[in-house]
Amino acid sequence: MTNPSSTPAIRFNQVSRHFGEVKAVDQLDLEVIDGEFFAMLGPSGSGKTTCLRMIAGFDRPTSGSIYLYGQDVSNLPPYERSVNTVFQDYALFPHMNVGDNIAYGLMIKKVPKDERTKRVDEMLDLVQLKGFALRKPSQLSGGQRQRVALARALINHPKVLLLDEPLGALDLKLRQQMQVELKAIQKRVGITFIFVTHDQEEAITMSDRIAVFNQGKIEQIGTPAEIYERPASAFVAGFVGTSNLVSGEVAKRVTGSDQTFSIRPEKIHLGTSNEATPAGMVSLDGVVRDVIYLGLYTRYLVEVAGGIDLVVVEQNLKTTSMDVLSIKGQKVKLHWHKDHISRVGA
Amino acid sequence: MLTRLSTYFYQRPRLVLFLFLAPPLLYLLVVYLGSLFLLLINSFYSIDDFTGLIIREFTLKTYAQIFEPANREIFARTASMAFVVTIASAIISFPLAYYIAKYASPRLKTWLLIGVTIPLWSSYLVRVYSWKLILAQEGILSWFIRLFGLEGVLQWLLSFEGIGGSSLALSPIGMFIVFVYIWLPYMIIPVQTALERVPNSLIEASGDLGAKPLQTFRTVILPMAFPGVIAGSIFTFSLTLGDFIIPLAIGNSKFFIGQAVYSYQGTAGNIPLAAAMTMGPVVIMIIYLLIARRLGAFDAL
Repeated sequence: MTNPSSTPAIRFNQVSRHFGEVKAVDQLDLEVIDGEFFAMLGPSGSGKTTCLRMIAGFDRPTSGSIYLYGQDVSNLPPYERSVNTVFQDYALFPHMNVGDNIAYGLMIKKVPKDERTKRVDEMLDLVQLKGFALRKPSQLSGGQRQRVALARALINHPKVLLLDEPLGALDLKLRQQMQVELKAIQKRVGITFIFVTHDQEEAITMSDRIAVFNQGKIEQIGTPAEIYERPASAFVAGFVGTSNLVSGEVAKRVTGSDQTFSIRPEKIHLGTSNEATPAGMVSLDGVVRDVIYLGLYTRYLVEVAGGIDLVVVEQNLKTTSMDVLSIKGQKVKLHWHKDHISRVGA
Repeated sequence: MLTRLSTYFYQRPRLVLFLFLAPPLLYLLVVYLGSLFLLLINSFYSIDDFTGLIIREFTLKTYAQIFEPANREIFARTASMAFVVTIASAIISFPLAYYIAKYASPRLKTWLLIGVTIPLWSSYLVRVYSWKLILAQEGILSWFIRLFGLEGVLQWLLSFEGIGGSSLALSPIGMFIVFVYIWLPYMIIPVQTALERVPNSLIEASGDLGAKPLQTFRTVILPMAFPGVIAGSIFTFSLTLGDFIIPLAIGNSKFFIGQAVYSYQGTAGNIPLAAAMTMGPVVIMIIYLLIARRLGAFDAL
């Protein structure tokens, strides 16, 4: 990320993509900064994949323009864009070995064979697959195929690398390992990475910034911390992590306004019913309806006056399962810091 | 009772396997391979030139007859026809198969596939004789050709020694047209099936990596659809090799393998020579399949 360019890597200007009546992407504006690791996060059908496909050139906007480092690429075919994609199913060519798969882009560009071999070796080194050049994709594990797909895209030195649910097909352990590795590779090559995911944890772990998609629009763009700590809407609060949404009477009692706010479960402190409210905190009385012991932490379901259930999470630092389970049915006082709530609109 | 029977079979999986496999195996061995074997045996017999009776003694005399110039010519003629029909079928099928596999909506796909197979529902003989009328001197095709003022081109084509004739219906060109028409579905379906199995993401990946559509076709689509083309070509090639109706109805009086077999075993009563000539296409097809395997056509099956 040395000396980032001031021109955005990708800019969307009022981009829409309609499929018949369905507005998959609806008048979207977006800027991706040069050299960043950018996540498009959202549920399926939220338009994130369509956006990725429009950047790659597999799909064209119904209206609006897409700029790649200032150049309008909206109507350019994929083979004329300096953008490469890592596909969800990896899309490795089954009739070619790993080396030929990785060298594909160079072969198309008629790069001499010697240089091709040299660069393939470099790439295999980068993705830690030394000595795999002659294997067929069918002989590789999911994680190895993923690496080949990454090498095949990166060998072309694209201006922007697109990743479509890159880790979706891997099991949890491998996924966590690849998250770290992808991030490291991105730092090393310094290319702008844009990846699509529906996994909020993955987005938070890897990205510099996240755009949260919902129904063809972006609900919020920000750093993982901003998205998590200050969700701009009820949707973001609910989609990224778990959140308690409080509205109406109860909200009014806490904040003085009946505007809905969100509070994260781990920000709520569970106190005894006769505990005094510390300075700068707000509090609510409630009854513990349910206790779920989860080893590392315990999740409580607390019903507060007004009939709203709040989820509270506390780490089991000093408590045992016996302790926490005995709380069920007891009256408690919940308090949290005033700054820890986010207004999320009506 | 039924439960006891089920349990009896459950405990004897080998018996179940035997019962299931016996009928098809019996059919395959006795009816199918058995008759081929009889054919093979007959091809090693010979015929007495004076009495016309079959001499049931092992000899290679009959096979030697195949290599007489007249018969050799029949083989060469049939094989080259099968070859050009196969090439033409592959070229014509590909765009349609590609459209059906990759672009047509599910509804249109159903209709197109029905359209491709519908000719197979009607009698093959009727279709061949219809083509005889279509290709005739005063037929509808000639009428169209005259309409566009292209009779010069037609005359020029028909003037070629070997493939021409007095009219399309009486020329090898006409025969070629009918062969391609009749066998086309057998090529379209396997090619379409093969293309169906090429994931769209592979085609997109190729474009993404800088390949223009024509390069993608050459480096990704064609290699991956190749097993389908080979499967289709096995049909078009072998069916053309053995056919005797089309050469009978269309084209000139020069024999194809099928016709030769037909006349040897019929009017001439020379069963050994007919059998030997039938072994010709069998051997050619075995060689063809070996080459196809060498080219990796069956790797993806």
